[in-house]
Amino acid sequence: MPDQFLYAVEAAINGLMAGVLYALVALGFVLIFKSSGIFNYAQGVFALFAALTLVGIMDGQVPFAHLINALFGTDVHHFGWHAPALLGIALTVVVMVIIAIAVERFILRHLVNQPDIILFMATIGLAYFMEGFGDMMWGSNIKKLDIGIPQGGSFWIEENTAWLGGENFYGFFIDQLDIIAAITAAVLVIALTLFSQYTKQGRALRAVADDHQAALSVGISLRFIWVLVWSIAGVVALVAGAMWGSKSGVQFSLSLIALKALPVLMLGGFTSIPGAIVGGLIIGMGEKLFELLIGVPYLGGATELWFAYVLALIFLVFRPQGLFGEKIIERV
Amino acid sequence: MFYRESGDFSTTYSQDSQTFPIAFDRWRYYVVLAFAFLVVPFIINDYWANAVLLPFLIYAIAAIGLNILTGYCGQVSLGTGGFMAVGAYACYKFMTGIDIYFMGADGEWIRYALPPINIFFSVLLAGLVTAFVGLLFGLPSLRIKGFYLAVATLAAQFFLVWLFNKWEWSYNYSASGQINAPTRGVFGFEVTGATASPAASYLFCLVFAVLLAWLARNLTRGAVGRKWMAIRDMDIAAEIIGVNPLRAKLSAFAVSSFFVGVSGALFFSVYLGAVEVGEVFGIQKSFLVLFMIIIGGLGSIFGSFAGAAFMVLMPVLLKNVMVGQMGWPTDLAEHMIFMVVGGLIMVFLIAEPHGLAQLWRLAKEKLRLWPFPY
Repeated sequence: MPDQFLYAVEAAINGLMAGVLYALVALGFVLIFKSSGIFNYAQGVFALFAALTLVGIMDGQVPFAHLINALFGTDVHHFGWHAPALLGIALTVVVMVIIAIAVERFILRHLVNQPDIILFMATIGLAYFMEGFGDMMWGSNIKKLDIGIPQGGSFWIEENTAWLGGENFYGFFIDQLDIIAAITAAVLVIALTLFSQYTKQGRALRAVADDHQAALSVGISLRFIWVLVWSIAGVVALVAGAMWGSKSGVQFSLSLIALKALPVLMLGGFTSIPGAIVGGLIIGMGEKLFELLIGVPYLGGATELWFAYVLALIFLVFRPQGLFGEKIIERV
Repeated sequence: MFYRESGDFSTTYSQDSQTFPIAFDRWRYYVVLAFAFLVVPFIINDYWANAVLLPFLIYAIAAIGLNILTGYCGQVSLGTGGFMAVGAYACYKFMTGIDIYFMGADGEWIRYALPPINIFFSVLLAGLVTAFVGLLFGLPSLRIKGFYLAVATLAAQFFLVWLFNKWEWSYNYSASGQINAPTRGVFGFEVTGATASPAASYLFCLVFAVLLAWLARNLTRGAVGRKWMAIRDMDIAAEIIGVNPLRAKLSAFAVSSFFVGVSGALFFSVYLGAVEVGEVFGIQKSFLVLFMIIIGGLGSIFGSFAGAAFMVLMPVLLKNVMVGQMGWPTDLAEHMIFMVVGGLIMVFLIAEPHGLAQLWRLAKEKLRLWPFPY
């Protein structure tokens, strides 16, 4: 096999893995959109915030240390202990649930029956607030997150694929972290599907997604469902944040992956969980291949910045509801 | 008591349909204009021009532009920053003279540069170029709606910023990739460049802001504006009663982009003077302008000004209070401003979805009777 082709395959596989990470963020969007019709722009910032909190708890940082020091002239930074990863994750989940409750209590409850676009803009405001809040709580420097996921290329794969190419081909380079992320995403999707199909709360969740009023009339508490969904989205954000954080450090740019998840969603359709996964894979693979084959040779590179959006834009013109979305029917 | 309409009779239709039917409003408007044109230029200094007045006027133009698209026509756009970049780079090319390369008879590339254009017309032409680009990115709006469209406009944002990073012709092959505004003037007064006086720059922006606000006001209350609002309220119903959605949506995109382009051109040439596209016209700028119209009031020209003033003044004020008075470190104040802005957006959407413009309307309503109860 020619080496050029193998490089393309390698890029495609790595793109698929990156796509899984996009899909992880997109998953949080879909969950909230399905159950409450809200397009939660803040999902990416949730991922950032969750990762920040995880690092903060594991490193024993004092929350709001910067603010406290500025107000009282003290000099506190750390509690001086290091928490194990599992404890950190558990506590972060608690924090995300608290945020879900606060979001429902202070925002959603007051915005019932508003047009979708108002809710969308409210979540942009929420994103800004959470960004400032996260930075204020834990500081805005870039942090290293290590929850024990192995990193670096997998030697096993490299050794076992080296025979495919010629003299200068040393096998596929695939990050172990990406593989673990892919497995995590698969587990998460299966768990969510099982949850929504086979548990009482899951059924209630689907009922709310189908029709708010009908669900209310059979005694389902809308508020509880909303808190539940935002909590689940918070947990998904934690997983996504932990994966991205381990990969590239916990920093502001994490919240920008949320923007990448938007075209993923548009491609897959806003209401479809499999759509989020497939959309993520297509975008992840597409942008890597486009960069390799067209971007670098002809356009001067860095096409990954916009490829996903333009692809989604062109795609939507032909199929406005996305790949797996429900057909849009409009009436006067 | 002071703000009232008694004794104010309209005797012709044109009196009835004027922008400020109440005499008091009309006089207030003239006084504000006279103050802005005749008093402010003489008391302005560098700090006020650069920290408050120039950004306020320029953002107000951008906010009016976005308000036409989002507030009047109902198409949410997150591509404002990208369109501002188009305006800035187009203005740069016009004011330095557009260069064209073509193949000569002997196979050599010949560079032919058009003469530089006066800064006033450069800004207007930059607006027209942006209108054309906006038209192109508005085409998908015929098929996709709501936040699908909002996300689609992100494509414009990221693509345009990338384009101006990579396309060397657009920044005249400068090694730094930056564009720098040369010194240019109108009627012998320098308005761009380092040596321009704050009063001249201010007046230059003010002329644009007033002209464009006047244009927007009259467009939005005329036939075009009513078509936009019909599309916003329900596009299918509008189509049935005979509004052509193609023309209505595309004209909204074109007009809106024209405004945004002019504001981008002014932002670069008069206000900043040097621009690095990713830093200045990134996605944050799109959100900033969107916040302005949410806080100011969707579908209101006054609201665009109010929102721009609010979003320009508030960070300056907060920073002065927190850093200057309380002695906080600047990064902490930054985070606080983020929280306050985000919080305010949510508060406004919950408590007063029509923004400052609606508060203003309510205040006027109250002032009619004040201080009497009836």
